[in-house]
Formats: sequence, C-alpha cells, structure tokens
Amino acid sequence: MRRILVALKRVIDYNVRVRVRPDGSGVVTDGVKMSINPFDEIALEEALRIRERGGADEVLAISIGPDDTQQQLRNALAMGADRAILVKSAQAIEPPAVARVLLAFVERETPMLVILGKQAIDDDCSQTGQMLAALWQRPQATFASKLELTEKVARVTREVDAGLETIEVDLPAVITTDLRLNEPRYIKLPDIMKAKKKPLDVVELASLGLDAASQLTVVGLEPPPQRKKGVMVKDAAELVATLRQKGLV
Amino acid sequence: MNRILIVAEHLDGKLNAAVAKCVSCASAIPDAEIDVAVLAIDGSAVAAAAAGIAGVKRVLLVKNAANEPALAAVLAPQVAELAKGCSHVFGPSTTFGKDLMPRVAALLDAPQLSDVMAVESATRFKRPVYAGNAIATVESAAGRQVVATVRVASFQPAAAGGPAPVETVAVAAELPSHTRFVSVTAARSDRPDLQTAARVVSGGRALGSKENFALIQGLADRLGAAIGASRAAVDAGYAPNELQVGQTGKIIAPELYVAIGISGAIQHLTGIKDARTIVAINKDAEAPIFEVADYGLVGDLFSLIPEIEKQL
Ligand SMILES: Cc1cc2nc3c(=O)[nH]c(=O)nc-3n(C[C@H](O)[C@H](O)[C@H](O)COP(=O)(O)OP(=O)(O)OC[C@H]3O[C@@H](n4cnc5c(N)ncnc54)[C@H](O)[C@@H]3O)c2cc1C
Ligand SMILES: Nc1ncnc2c1ncn2[C@@H]1O[C@H](COP(=O)(O)O)[C@@H](O)[C@H]1O
Repeated sequence: MRRILVALKRVIDYNVRVRVRPDGSGVVTDGVKMSINPFDEIALEEALRIRERGGADEVLAISIGPDDTQQQLRNALAMGADRAILVKSAQAIEPPAVARVLLAFVERETPMLVILGKQAIDDDCSQTGQMLAALWQRPQATFASKLELTEKVARVTREVDAGLETIEVDLPAVITTDLRLNEPRYIKLPDIMKAKKKPLDVVELASLGLDAASQLTVVGLEPPPQRKKGVMVKDAAELVATLRQKGLV
Repeated sequence: MNRILIVAEHLDGKLNAAVAKCVSCASAIPDAEIDVAVLAIDGSAVAAAAAGIAGVKRVLLVKNAANEPALAAVLAPQVAELAKGCSHVFGPSTTFGKDLMPRVAALLDAPQLSDVMAVESATRFKRPVYAGNAIATVESAAGRQVVATVRVASFQPAAAGGPAPVETVAVAAELPSHTRFVSVTAARSDRPDLQTAARVVSGGRALGSKENFALIQGLADRLGAAIGASRAAVDAGYAPNELQVGQTGKIIAPELYVAIGISGAIQHLTGIKDARTIVAINKDAEAPIFEVADYGLVGDLFSLIPEIEKQL
C-alpha cells in the first residue's frame, strides 16, 4: 500500500493574539481557540490531493498531544484523511522526541512520504521534519511550495532566501510545507458525519517505550519589548521633511 | 573552554553576511573558542573571508565536489563529524541554516535552539516563540552539546580581524546520493539585498496588481532601498516569494522600513520588530500598522507615492 503519513500539531489558532501569563510561566490558554497548525493543514491537503490523483492509497494523520487533540484529528478525518493516530501526552514534547515518535510509526507503517509543516506556530522551532529525515536516513525537502511525484522520486520546489530552488529526492522522503504549496479545503457538514466512522486510534506515549524527556528547560517567558506608537504626519511634505531631519533619507 | 563550530553559508564564492553575525553571537559565550567550517568545492575565497572576521580562531575548509550547491543531507554528516568535541554548533537562521542545523542536531543526538536572539550564558539563551509574541529564556543541560540557529537580525556583524589560519581538513563521512540539486531561480538585481539593506520599502495587497507594484520599486530606487512585500502581495503574484517579510518570510532590521498598503498583521510585524524607524502609509487610520509605526500617514498610496517622490 502506498501510504502518506502527515504529522499534525494542535496549536493556539493563528488568529489569537497570544499573551504571556503575568507570572511568566507560559502563555494564556484558558478559553483560547485551538486548531491544527496552519502548515500542517497544508501538509494534509497536499497528501489528499496526491491520493485523489491516484498517487497514493492511504493518508494517515498522526499527532502527539493531549487527549483534546482528538478534535483536531477528527477535523483531519473530515478533511479526508483515512485514519488517524493520537499519541497521547499531557506534556508537550520537543522536536527530537516528536521525530523519534514519528520514526516509530514510520517503521511500522512504511510510508512513501511523510509530510510535516515547516514550523509549528507555537514553538516556531522548524526542526521536526529535518530531524526525522536524519534519524530515518532519508532525504528531506523542506519549505516546499511545489511537489511533483513519480513512482520513485519527488521533485520539490523549495522557498529559499535566494528565490525558488528545485531538488529531486528518492522516495521514501520527508517533505515540509510552506504556505504557498496549496490552499486547504474547507470541511463540509456531511464530511464531519463521515469522519465519525473513520478509525482514530489512541495510544499512550509511555507505551511506545521511547526517550521523550525534555532536553531543554524553559526558564520563563516574557512579553516582547513593545514598540511605542509614534506620531501621525499630515502629508507627504511633512513626512519627507521629518525623515530628512532624522537623517533617514 | 567552550568550543564553538559555526557553519558558513556561502554562494558563488561569497561568504554570507550572516556568518559575521553568528560570530558575534558565539563571542557572547564566555571562554569561547570559535572555528568556522567552510564546506565547498574549492572554497578558498570563502575561507579567506571567514578568516578575516575578528574572534575566529581557525577556519576548517572541507573540499568536496558534492558540497555545492549546498544540500542539507550531504552537508549534515560532514558537519556532525567536524562537531565532535564541540560544545556548541551554530548556523545562521536563514533558509540554509534552518534546513541544515536540525539534521546536524539529530545526527549528534543534541537538542536545537532555533533563532537565538540573546546569549545569557553558555547554557542559557533567549529566543522568540509564538511569532515573537513571547520571548523564552531556555536553558540547556550543562555539559551537553547544543545546536543553535542564530537570529541574524538580533546581532551586529563581528568586526574585521585576523587573519585566522585556514586548515584544509578531510572528513570521513558517507555522503548520500538520494538528494539531488536541480535548479535555482533567483532574481538577480542591482538593488540592495533585503536582509542587509539599511532601507526597505514594502508593499501590500493594496497595490492591487503586479504593474502597480512598480510604484514600490520606483520609490525604493529613489531611496536606494531594498524591496519587501507582505504575504498577501506575494500570494497574489505582485512580488516574488523571496521578498516576503514576516514570520514565514524574512526577519529584517533596517534603519528605515516603509510599509505601504500593509495592514500590519502580527505575522508581518514579526519580521520588522527590530527596524529602527517604521513609516506606515495606509488609507485606514485604524490599521494596526499604525500601532507600531514611528511615523504614520493616512491617505491613498496612489496619490501619496508620487507626492513623496516629488519631495525627495
Ligand atoms: C501561519 C501564517 C504565517 C504568515 N506569515 C506571514 C508573513 O511572513 N508575512 C506577512 O506579511 N504575512 C504573513 N501572514 C499573513 C498575514 O496574516 C496577513 O494576511 C498579511 O500580512 C496581510 O497582507 P497585507 O497587509 O498586504 O493585506 P491586507 O491585510 O489586506 O491589508 C491591506 C491594507 O492596505 C490598505 N489599503 C487599501 N487600499 C489602499 C490605498 N489605496 N492606499 C493606502 N492603503 C490602502 C488597507 O487599509 C489595508 O490596511 C501569515 C499568515 C499565517 C496564517
Ligand atoms: N506534537 C506534534 N504532533 C504531531 N506533529 C508535530 C508535533 N510537533 C511538531 N510536529 C510536526 O512538525 C512540524 C514542525 O514542528 P516544529 O519543528 O516544532 O516547528 C509541525 O508543523 C508538525 O507537522
């Protein structure tokens, strides 16, 4: 079976203005909307499109997170994933540990592709896909904005600082998505009903027997220094005069 | 003693300006001994440039025909080999470093700190999370190797110095053939580079078309500025992707940033927090960009840009 594994992280929705708790112990999460990491939704969409084109037989969504992550996995099933696995962990785990968990499932499920987001918008690490590829000793194509598949290779266009780079990787491979890879579909009501019947397995992180201990300690969080609101100028002449006075033009 | 290895980014025989900033960051670690690794086909010019950065103890030059164009899967095993015995391994937080360093970290079985913006000690660092809405202080275990990418907008380049000795070294690492470079399309222009420019003029969705985006180019030329764009402008095809500024584009710190027809979404602001002066032009007086702008001007960009040009 030609399988695509997609890694989805549950994160604070990107529209929420994140605030640091007054004691610096974390960010405010009470009553805050949680969603699938936007890049991971793009990863799932890409996997679905490949399957719909006949390039794969099954899309498996996997997430490591608290029990509530079942909601996000149900949404992934409603979008069109065939099955889902939640690796339950009350504690957040770091990219190297996520990569080890994903590797365990890669070995079990032997996918042709693993698609992840290029970064989780909470920790902003941008590490997991590259780490998985290293541990799996397989190619990585990060920051993908275009993906073309043949039987044995993937041709991937990557968004790099210089512009667009194209590389070719042998399958199986790890891909991480950039925003312009695709636009994820909206979920329709009948899909939500259908998703209820699809398999969602829940396994305890501890049952995998992996080292998932933190290697870094977050000592504290602080809000960023705030920029002060400046002044309004009335017209182009005043703007240019002000900038000239400051030696900026 | 903290032995720090910095992986040099380079292209067409030129050392990337981010490397001198990585050296600044590494120099902030107490008792640092800094080596720069240049992995290239020939690399002599790049190695010489790296050797001329103050604070660099040695340049390690690894010559291999497979090293250019740079592919993370090919470079990572070599960097991991060179990193043996190092306390820290640093790379720039550019797409090159973001692609490569986590692969190195996994090979070393080390954790990675992404986007280091300040060094508190050899084991304690600050980095932004939640698109810069919070700054985390993170501690790594003493005696454990740490990999990091350096947020280049947070550091000044190290001064010129040296020259440090350049040692050509051989590394015994098996290099994969499963990843192959095909091509790169980079718009080469005479304009200043977005990431290092002193002035940047950026346009947003309000420009409305690729043709209209030329207005931004015109103003940028008058100011000797680099061009930037919001994601909406890039998505709509008004500007190429490498000009995107923000959380998922480039993080920049120019002296002057001019945002034209950009609303000021949090993901965009993440990219310009360190700009010295921000100027915003927007027809909506309530646009969030004005909350962070040092100078704001409310009005229609299509009439204001020509007026500004006339005043210059
Ligand atoms: C995960 C994620 C990552 C993202 N990363 C980035 C990123 O890196 N960079 C980025 O920029 N965005 C990013 N975004 C998108 C971001 O949320 C905004 O959608 C985007 O920045 C909006 O671009 P804009 O300001 O050009 O467009 P809009 O928000 O549509 O703003 C257009 C502005 O132009 C003004 N305007 C209209 N007509 C005129 C006129 N004639 N004269 C003057 N003003 C006018 C309007 O008042 C408005 O304020 C990201 C989003 C997500 C979900
Ligand atoms: N807890 C998690 N569960 C599932 N996937 C994850 C998890 N953490 C990270 N990922 C995947 O790895 C990508 C990069 O995350 P990061 O390295 O944390 O920025 C995300 O976009 C996800 O695809």
